[in-house]
Amino acid sequence: MKRPVSELELAETVAAAKGPLWVSGGGTRGFGAGNLSVAGLSGIELYEPGALTLVAKAGTPLAEVEAVLAAQRQRLAFEPMDHRALLGTVGEPTIGGVVAGNVSGPRRVQVGACRDALIGVRFVDGMGRVIKNGGRVMKNVTGYDLVKLMAGAFGTLGVLSEVSFKVLPMPEAEATLVCDGLDAAAAIAAMSSALGSPFEVTAAAQIGGQTRIRIEGMAASVAYRCERLLGLLGAGWQVGSGGLWTEVRDVLPFAGRDGAVWRVSVKPSDGPVLTAGLGIAHEVIYDWGGGLIWLLVEDFKDAGAAVIRKRVAGLGGHATLVRAGDEVRAQVSRFQPEPAPLAAISAGLRVQFDPRGILNPGLMG
Amino acid sequence: MQMPEPSARVLSQKTQIVTRLREILPEEAVIHGEFETRAYECDALTAYKCPPLAVVLPSSTAEVSAVLKLCHEMGVPVVPRGSGTSLAGGALPTADCVVLGVARLNDVLETDYDNRFIRVQSGRTNLSVTGAVEEEGFFYAPDPSSQLACAIAGNIAMNSGGAHCLKYGVTTNNLLGVTLVLMDGTVTQIGGAYLDSGGLDLLGLICGSEGQLGVVTEATLRILRKPEGARPVLIGFDSNEVAGACVSDIIKAGVLPVAIEFMDRPCIRATEAFAKAGYPDCEALLIVEVEGSEAEIADQLAVITKIARRHNPVELRESGSEEESAKIWLGRKSAFGAMGQINDYMCLDGTIPVTALPLVLRRISELSTQYGLDVANVFHAGDGNMHPLILFDANKAGDLELCEAMGADILKLCVQVGGCLTGEHGVGVEKRDLMFDQFSAQDLEVQLKVKDVFDPAWLLNPAKVFPLVATAARRLEAAE
Ligand SMILES: Cc1cc2nc3c(=O)[nH]c(=O)nc-3n(C[C@H](O)[C@H](O)[C@H](O)COP(=O)(O)OP(=O)(O)OC[C@H]3O[C@@H](n4cnc5c(N)ncnc54)[C@H](O)[C@@H]3O)c2cc1C
Repeated sequence: MKRPVSELELAETVAAAKGPLWVSGGGTRGFGAGNLSVAGLSGIELYEPGALTLVAKAGTPLAEVEAVLAAQRQRLAFEPMDHRALLGTVGEPTIGGVVAGNVSGPRRVQVGACRDALIGVRFVDGMGRVIKNGGRVMKNVTGYDLVKLMAGAFGTLGVLSEVSFKVLPMPEAEATLVCDGLDAAAAIAAMSSALGSPFEVTAAAQIGGQTRIRIEGMAASVAYRCERLLGLLGAGWQVGSGGLWTEVRDVLPFAGRDGAVWRVSVKPSDGPVLTAGLGIAHEVIYDWGGGLIWLLVEDFKDAGAAVIRKRVAGLGGHATLVRAGDEVRAQVSRFQPEPAPLAAISAGLRVQFDPRGILNPGLMG
Repeated sequence: MQMPEPSARVLSQKTQIVTRLREILPEEAVIHGEFETRAYECDALTAYKCPPLAVVLPSSTAEVSAVLKLCHEMGVPVVPRGSGTSLAGGALPTADCVVLGVARLNDVLETDYDNRFIRVQSGRTNLSVTGAVEEEGFFYAPDPSSQLACAIAGNIAMNSGGAHCLKYGVTTNNLLGVTLVLMDGTVTQIGGAYLDSGGLDLLGLICGSEGQLGVVTEATLRILRKPEGARPVLIGFDSNEVAGACVSDIIKAGVLPVAIEFMDRPCIRATEAFAKAGYPDCEALLIVEVEGSEAEIADQLAVITKIARRHNPVELRESGSEEESAKIWLGRKSAFGAMGQINDYMCLDGTIPVTALPLVLRRISELSTQYGLDVANVFHAGDGNMHPLILFDANKAGDLELCEAMGADILKLCVQVGGCLTGEHGVGVEKRDLMFDQFSAQDLEVQLKVKDVFDPAWLLNPAKVFPLVATAARRLEAAE
């Protein structure tokens, strides 16, 4: 395991590599420990609460970033998921890993994904060249936006060394409205009407038979919006208890249980269409107002890949196999195959960024 | 500013090119007369003009594909065009190019309020996207000041922003999918009505690529429900530093306004003379707008005015009605028009860390003295996106060059303090030659390689964004 402690050393390591490099941050997101760790590149380099910006080395523990922000009552608004419980991994999630996987949580529906909060990157490409793109300001259209491209590239285009974010203030108050026993279609209709209201819903999910809608902001405003939403949503809704969102963010109902886990993105009203008559036994959690579907299926054969991916392709969207045993993994790709022209572009980009094909080879296709 | 020599090969083939374009498009969709092409000789950066070889106005994705395929086969450069409001010369033609205008592609294809998106053809104007969903109480958030005229196509190509992007983000944060036609005519779908990409984020790459990677013909956009109400407060200060500190404190306090706009004294005076909005005659003025119900607005404004009072404002005017709100915004909205009355001006677009505001404003005023050109500042202070307007006289020999030199110095200053050359207008031809001030040769080379993947022949808008020296070899190969 190589563990460089500076960007320069990271660049030298990549340049000198003779074979595949399996890159890891904290190793918590289900890609193994790898043979190149960026955890040695650690530390917050700049934090300006008055400018809502934070710059950190890629190996900085996520917990450290969140603690530093919390001390100024700010946060990473996209609410990155912690994969450890779901995947049964141990270790310390890093901020670079969050970016590499474009990891976002329930608040994605309102404030955008990790890629939307990311404003700058530095990375080492497959030849060991240090590249920067974006910067530390919120608005920047200077040249192509490789920042977005690096978010969710899972280290296949370059090894991240530094990442910059736009952060947001923590709200004064939070409340969740809950309703039990709605079927999927009714739950999604309710979530859609809440998300389509002027009341700035910051999360909407259905989990364990309960539909939940979150509101955040100044205390009086939260109270007001709760009231208006209760009026809008009708009978059966009430104000729930606190602490209902970690469970959604981290998909806790599927943690520690047998089965493969899919993460599917479709437009919200397609959720029930996708899950109805799948023909395989499954359990489902809806987040993002129904647009994000977590499916627990039997960890057997192709784990439903053929039917799930065909339906998702037909509806428009993508299905990622987040958790599965070796047997399923051996026959099912992690990511939804892309249509030919896009696959050709993606492959072309990989060749340009990593001509030797040594960065996490084959991980994305 | 320099543009490459037009390709002699392409110029000599004009007749064949026009004949073949007319085989695939209706007659009136191909414009090639010396006089008619003049209407397309520039965009809103009017200092530079060049009539193209021909202009085509296709009416469908299939026609766009056919045009690109033909131009690809014949080796003809193509400059995509939306409404031509670019301030960076992004849509500036070259003499050997075909301008591909998407103005006729302006239909709404689908509106879906449950799933909160709209799908439109890309030539549709920004404001008419909101116009299509307004009756149901929805809107499309990015709102460039040019929204009455500019097209979604140009917004996507430039990743345009607007006054309200502090809260709602810029184009890229509100774009869900596109139909993109590649230079060889291949039609691709990237993204859709769902969130995020299952593979590499190609959508994020396309947005802001200034018409160099493909031609966007359709777009799926996120729409939002309109807030219950909105109200601004106007705060005047007797120093730029104090106004800058107040911006920082408002942000730190945890209220997130939809907009924080900043104007300095030269700008206040010019707009007062022009629009008579009743602004105080002070050194710096902030307009801070918040949204919500009446009570929510009052609460947020209370927090903001409390912070402002700590900074001893010379004026603090909270809007109490629609009419007063309109009056507060009037001056800001007519700022560019007002400056245009006084003089020719060049509008810069650099972004800086908000904390560097006082320093940068001071340096700009020093440069103003040094160059002998007046500068007025009006900008989006919440996100550090500056718009210094340098006043000059286009009829005075050497004034434009002087103004450009001063503009370059200001933009370099933005980069030095940790910012960038352009926050929302794009690089185009205007800032092309400053790119080495922000990027290393290696940083730029990777971007050129991205273009190699989408447009290996280097035919799409090839003389933009990157310094000509950096792209010379690739462009020359294409021109032969
Ligand atoms: C008075 C005024 C105020 C402005 N205010 C703002 C503001 O507040 N915020 C802001 O961000 N901008 C502003 N702008 C700049 C400008 O309006 C934006 O850049 C706008 O998005 C350009 O849109 P357009 O349709 O006019 O594009 P054009 O000027 O026609 O083209 C712009 C770029 O897009 C490319 N392009 C056009 N169509 C396509 C296509 N179909 N596929 C691929 N590429 C394409 C062109 O090649 C060019 O590079 C302002 C301009 C003016 C004149």
